[in-house]
Amino acid sequence: MIVREIVQALGLQVVAGNAALNRQITGGYSADLLSCVMARAKTGNVWVTLQAHPNVVAIAALLEVAAVIITEGVPVPEEVIAKANAEKVPLLSTPHTTFWVVGQLTHLGLSAQE
Amino acid sequence: MGAQEITRVQKLEFRVGQVMTRNVITVTPGTPLSELQELMRKHRISGAPVVNDDGDLVGVISIEDLVRALEEGAFNAFVGERMSSNLITVREADAVDTAAQKFQQTGVGRLPVVNAWGELVGILTKGDITRGLLHEVEAETQDEEICRYRASHIFRDVESDDTSLLLRYKVAPRDFTHGGNASSRIKRALTRVGADPQIVRRAAIASYEAEMNLIIHADHGGQITAEVDSSELKLTVEDDGPGIADLRRALEEPGYTTTPPEIRQMGFGAGMGLKNIRKCADQMRLESQVGQGTTLGITIRLHVFEPPSASGNGNAQRGKP
Repeated sequence: MIVREIVQALGLQVVAGNAALNRQITGGYSADLLSCVMARAKTGNVWVTLQAHPNVVAIAALLEVAAVIITEGVPVPEEVIAKANAEKVPLLSTPHTTFWVVGQLTHLGLSAQE
Repeated sequence: MGAQEITRVQKLEFRVGQVMTRNVITVTPGTPLSELQELMRKHRISGAPVVNDDGDLVGVISIEDLVRALEEGAFNAFVGERMSSNLITVREADAVDTAAQKFQQTGVGRLPVVNAWGELVGILTKGDITRGLLHEVEAETQDEEICRYRASHIFRDVESDDTSLLLRYKVAPRDFTHGGNASSRIKRALTRVGADPQIVRRAAIASYEAEMNLIIHADHGGQITAEVDSSELKLTVEDDGPGIADLRRALEEPGYTTTPPEIRQMGFGAGMGLKNIRKCADQMRLESQVGQGTTLGITIRLHVFEPPSASGNGNAQRGKP
């Protein structure tokens, strides 16, 4: 499954990283504590979170996650968008909750890679 | 060409003049269709701008126009009768995304390109844009490959008894905006010297956690020194205060944190940073004195610089002949 497919299936808004929507997704991870993400998110995972500050992009780029889904319509600052575009990190926004998003992704066949 | 690709084009800031075809084959309104057909076949083109005897652009004729004319039995018609004279052009100085939008809006297959004086200087198809893009992407990839090649040969090309690469990064206190910059540069350096992706990942996690610790806790920020040689990465992270009061708890106790609440709201201070570092490191050394500062040493072994074929280049690892 590629990022573009979950964008379509979940009706996500592409806030940044248009250039990287063909990336393959290996699984999913969700947390808002950044050290947890550092410890457990895997390369190619889609990361579902409520956080939308510049460090989210730094972590996403360092871990090479496939995309970040920012839930509950948390506004994404301009500097974060610019950084994500520069690092080619897709930032996808949704008004839905993290629980809803993870449920949908599971339904699509994505799983946690524990 | 979809919206995504257009965004990409925009980013590269291509100009039409950089990707268009310059040697345009033109016809005149008086050119017979049979001659046009021959030109298209011979030059493998699917359309041509039409210019009058004064050299002014007066229309465009495409293979579709030709096919339609032949279907209607107009074998003896001339270009002037079948061309499209509704002129849609782009200027050579236009950004490529302007042209891409014109393709989308009008559905035409080719756009004549004019200069600032309206003279015909080239022709642009969607294929030209795609080719230009691919070329650019390829060039980017090649640049990175060259960087990697050069970097990965440092340990072989430079001769000494012990070659290492020393990288220093300053980290400013409370600078969350640039948090992760040092670690992403360390990561890139390791990738370029050819380190294994799993090892690069561990180094990235360890250096990121250490970098954020400097940003969150250190009074005056601090410094990260990364020393890479042919066998290991040594990270030294130093600051001059405030120091860690309870080293044991910071290292052992899950969830123990001294991060202020307003920073924890951003998702930091899970009490996991040092634990994550220890998990990623082959060796870790933490020294701290309240009021003096903290020094964190991290060693990660790289099993990556063994030359693939050791034969005939026995000491390649150390760069000796």
